[in-house]
Amino acid sequence: MSRSVPGASWRKPLATTLQLGVHLGALLPLLWLFVAINQGRLGGDPVKELIHYLGMGAVRLLLLTLLVSPLAKSLHFGQLNRLRRPLGLWCFAWATLHFLTWLVLDLGLDWSLIGGELVKRTYILLGFSAWLMLLALAITSFPALLKKMGRSWKKLHGLLYIVVLLACWHFWWSVKSGWIEPAVYLGLAIILLAWRRDSVRRWLKSW
Amino acid sequence: RKPLTFTAHKPAPELILTPEPKVITHNNFYEFGTGKTDPAENSQHLKTEPWTLRVEGEVEKPATVDVWKLMNEIGLEERIYRMRCVEAWSMVIPWVGFELGKFLQRFAPTSRARYVAFETLYDPEQMPGQRNRYVGGGVDYPYVEGLRMDEAMHPLTILSVGLYGKTLPPQNGAPIRLVVPWKYGFKGIKSIVKIKLVERMPPTSWNKLAPQEYGFYANVNPAVDHPRWSQASERFIGPGGLFSVKRQPTLPFNGYGEEVAGLYSGMNLKKFY
Repeated sequence: MSRSVPGASWRKPLATTLQLGVHLGALLPLLWLFVAINQGRLGGDPVKELIHYLGMGAVRLLLLTLLVSPLAKSLHFGQLNRLRRPLGLWCFAWATLHFLTWLVLDLGLDWSLIGGELVKRTYILLGFSAWLMLLALAITSFPALLKKMGRSWKKLHGLLYIVVLLACWHFWWSVKSGWIEPAVYLGLAIILLAWRRDSVRRWLKSW
Repeated sequence: RKPLTFTAHKPAPELILTPEPKVITHNNFYEFGTGKTDPAENSQHLKTEPWTLRVEGEVEKPATVDVWKLMNEIGLEERIYRMRCVEAWSMVIPWVGFELGKFLQRFAPTSRARYVAFETLYDPEQMPGQRNRYVGGGVDYPYVEGLRMDEAMHPLTILSVGLYGKTLPPQNGAPIRLVVPWKYGFKGIKSIVKIKLVERMPPTSWNKLAPQEYGFYANVNPAVDHPRWSQASERFIGPGGLFSVKRQPTLPFNGYGEEVAGLYSGMNLKKFY
């Protein structure tokens, strides 16, 4: 699998270190969040902040996930691809916490309200669709399934290209004012997709 | 914050106060940033003393008022009001202030005065959100608000100079701000420097930014949703931690319908939101 140059023995430990970095980088902010809430450091009512913080984290992890393959390719650093799975799963974890915070803390598990909001608010529907796709990708992320599913696995996991666009769109429509920040994220998503346009094109044809 | 002398009223038994630390750390004051804790963090250096308030326009006696002198001279009273934010959260806050209507009478409004226009301090040096469009959430500054004359003269409408018995902290709009309890919180313009009585409906900041989302009237109305969320219920920020926040139904006119619904008789409130 690895396309590393023979003799470049530093690549494997570097990839392992980066992998550890991904786990720590995604976990530590969550621990900080937990402590900060308990200490009341997020203000009188941190629900909206919490939802935003978790959502932003999920989008950043999503962009990082999409960065891995083209970077590994252009650096001839195949080991780097080991970062994709942990990044993708952490993205799913953050997106799930984002979604749960909205369900439990914002809407107070009022199911008729939740149902109404999902149908009535396009930006929530966009976010929910993106989360459902991430859920499908997370469930099928086990290496054993990758072998078993073969080509259909690739077809399914190409949904990430759609997820990133949906997530940025969801962000854009959710903000109260100021479009600059969502525009920057959408721009980054488009750049990342353009960078791997051959893969995207192939994936589109596979349908 | 200085202690104030005021007449207290017996609070309505059904109202549970939002604890003071929450009232002064959870604010929308985009001049100091768009995050809820930004105003408390970034506004502490705001120079609120001295402070003058200009009253002009369709009045016979325009004047510039020394706000700190006014606080000592005008009779202050405590008003415990529900506060409903357009973002679907709410608080109960013990304001200290005086009726806007009685105050405006001092300047002898003319018969042409049909609306009241308010303006917040414009001082980019003190307000980072006015220096930088990104920090300020894209709002055009100075922040402006407005009321119809009868709304302004209504006894529930007050200019507040304090909360929890002391003068206002900067993040809550020191030294003087508007409180209109039956309208969404963004109508309660902060750190006011100018009040102008006018003939025509004045522009208002959030309406200029997103007219399809925020109207001039902005009366609390559970039957008219914000385009991006339901207004039928709200999260009440009371005592207790994050997980004790409860959703409660939103009341028409925020529970002040008996007093104010008459101001809007015959108006289609879905159209004039």
